[in-house]
Amino acid sequence: MAQAKNHFEVLGVPVSFTVALDALDRAYRNLQSKVHPDRFVNATEAERRVAMQLATGANEAYQTLKHPLKRAIYLLEMRDIDVRSETSITMEPAFLMQQLEWRENIEDARAARNLGRLESLHDELIAEKRVRFSHLEKLFGSGAFQPACEAARQLLFIEKLEREIGDGIEEMDVA
Amino acid sequence: MALLQISEPGESTAPHQHRLAVGIDLGTTNSLVATVRNGVAGVLNDEQGHPLLPSIVRYGADGSVETGYEAERERSHDPKNTIVSVKRFMGRGLRDIAYIENSPYDFVDTPGMVQIRTAAGVKSPVEVSAELLRVMRVRAEKSLGGELVGAVVTVPAYFDDAQRQATKDAASIAGLNVMRLLNEPTAAAIAYGLDNASEGVYAVYDLGGGTFDFSILRLSTGVFEVLATSGDAALGGDDFDHRLFCWVLEQEKLPPLSVSDTSLLLAKARQVKEYLTNHSEVRFNAKLSTGTVVDVPVSQSDFWEMTRHLVVKTLVPTRKALRDAGLLFSDVKGVVMVGGATRMPHVQRAVEGCFGQPPLNNLDPDKVVALGAAMQANALAGNKSVDEDWLLLDVIPLSLGLETMGGLVERVIHRNSTIPVSKAQEFTTFKDGQTAMSIHVVQGERELVSDCRSLARFELRGIPPMVAGAARIRVTFQVDADGLLAVSAKETTSGAEASVAVKPSYGLSDERITNMLKDSFEHAGDDLRIRALREQQVEAERMLESVGAALGQDEALLEAAELAAIRTALNGLKTLSRQSDHRAIKHAIDELNRLTEPFAARRMDRSVQQALTGKSLASL
Repeated sequence: MAQAKNHFEVLGVPVSFTVALDALDRAYRNLQSKVHPDRFVNATEAERRVAMQLATGANEAYQTLKHPLKRAIYLLEMRDIDVRSETSITMEPAFLMQQLEWRENIEDARAARNLGRLESLHDELIAEKRVRFSHLEKLFGSGAFQPACEAARQLLFIEKLEREIGDGIEEMDVA
Repeated sequence: MALLQISEPGESTAPHQHRLAVGIDLGTTNSLVATVRNGVAGVLNDEQGHPLLPSIVRYGADGSVETGYEAERERSHDPKNTIVSVKRFMGRGLRDIAYIENSPYDFVDTPGMVQIRTAAGVKSPVEVSAELLRVMRVRAEKSLGGELVGAVVTVPAYFDDAQRQATKDAASIAGLNVMRLLNEPTAAAIAYGLDNASEGVYAVYDLGGGTFDFSILRLSTGVFEVLATSGDAALGGDDFDHRLFCWVLEQEKLPPLSVSDTSLLLAKARQVKEYLTNHSEVRFNAKLSTGTVVDVPVSQSDFWEMTRHLVVKTLVPTRKALRDAGLLFSDVKGVVMVGGATRMPHVQRAVEGCFGQPPLNNLDPDKVVALGAAMQANALAGNKSVDEDWLLLDVIPLSLGLETMGGLVERVIHRNSTIPVSKAQEFTTFKDGQTAMSIHVVQGERELVSDCRSLARFELRGIPPMVAGAARIRVTFQVDADGLLAVSAKETTSGAEASVAVKPSYGLSDERITNMLKDSFEHAGDDLRIRALREQQVEAERMLESVGAALGQDEALLEAAELAAIRTALNGLKTLSRQSDHRAIKHAIDELNRLTEPFAARRMDRSVQQALTGKSLASL
């Protein structure tokens, strides 16, 4: 049954952290053009139910694989490594320090209502992420899954900081 | 040699027959209906040649109903019974409605959605909207010369679940088969994209009479993909009228006005606003029922100044959507302007300033939504050919979540998720031996339940007694392609299942809708039973044809026992469909649907496999 397939199988792409995004886009659109409920408006209810399930599955697979951190977490889950609840590994002290510094900078910029500063912090995080994702790709390539888990966990923190910056910008926007 | 044609599952077996389908833009200020004829989308005019129907309904004490221009003429004489901008009340409680103090209506604060007391009795906004939709349906059937197979009805992208459900209910009451609820900016993007064969990232800035929507889409060959949407469900051209109205009150130091004078000045404010689009100055003059004459000069720059904050307000959701999509203003290739309110020059200028390029105005901002909806309706009805094939991927505008301990929201589905989407979340019990759990579904972006919109509450009972924290309650959210939510819950550890379909706390009960349907048919001299029977017979016919065709092609996918069961059910349905018990027919259809679901899944799975293999072969 279709439900038992993993996200890579759903879209017919190889199981790997390295994904060609244009091929992923094409596979997703190709699949949706076969299963989307818009194709089954005049079909029987049974067919419409199946179409909704398959289109839902296609969306979930695509959204997971398109986003590099979600893709990493999913790949690790396939190996029974749960990134979010992995408590056995302690965070690298250097990363913890760096993380604290970012957080303080964001809080200061929010308190001072300094939009420009928030935006430059945002750009800084984006650049940092780019470096980290290419490192993560190497870790997956060499089969170093525990280090990959640690790297993914750090990226979770960074994405959380990114959201905090977004919230800060939004606050200033609304006021 | 003649080859036999085999249609894909789900596609019509009679592809040459043109099915009548329309797109309806149910607007705050005006409504329109459009269709595709000979490959070209066009708006259908009324008998006097008007493309627009003012979204106004007037109820008379004798039970008469007037709509459109007819109702508009009576607006200032009979403001209490003449309902304008009813879209603002759809799916809304009394507390949710902005400037309610300036509404002339006698509101009844019923749970969930307000109602209005009129000379013809208490009316729900759903019924009022249904009157407008009925006019659209009748206009379309007259001008196309036949019954519609279905309609696509547009809603603001930023409408929440309650507002969407209310719109769908209104369409059912109006006798329409809603093939899809379509987001207004997405409809505009379809009309624009198909007309201009555009590729790349486009934004749609849609300032209507009562709502503001902003969407970002990626257009590529044959696919319209919404990346992010945002907006303000209570900001539109009406607010500009209202601001001008308040300004005139201040200038003239007028005492509190009567209901009909308020209506008069608001209508005048709208005329002045529209005039100032192409003129630099005008006099705001009116004679009140008290004899007072209002006469104030208003310049374009006065008007821009007093409404500047409203224009600025639209830029907040604009930036939010860009952030959500991870894009910059400079990534946007073009900005499509939609809604009559975008005609105001200061709105145009603000958008141009933001995006660093003049916005696109080559389609009539009043008609573009209806035209896009008509194109989608034509596609859904199965009228388009393979070479003009395209696909639409839309998103849910607001996050969905559940109430957890302390009145906090646990988000289950995030805003801007592509629909259809489904997510499950596990919860557990708080006390030893707890056998029931109350589930509260909310929609919105805030942390606290009290700041979000409450969609539904239901109780899950029959949880086997266990120690606290041992039960596993799996709550599943399913959002369909209309953006509508269904929630179900079950306890998973014990194998004991308790599944509940959510009855929305805001909307109308099925019973209420049935009664409204009954009323509307009695009104039209139609018979509900005959109609129900005919509907079921049509459905049975479609089912027999479609399952028969599927068996003809793919019988081999079934086990002998499965095939026998389906054949028995088919014969049963065939017999029943010639008789007059609509409930029995419905029951047989449901049974056949249940039996053929695994068959449908196998057929579709195979077509998917072929598509994926075909693709990988091609890329070798």
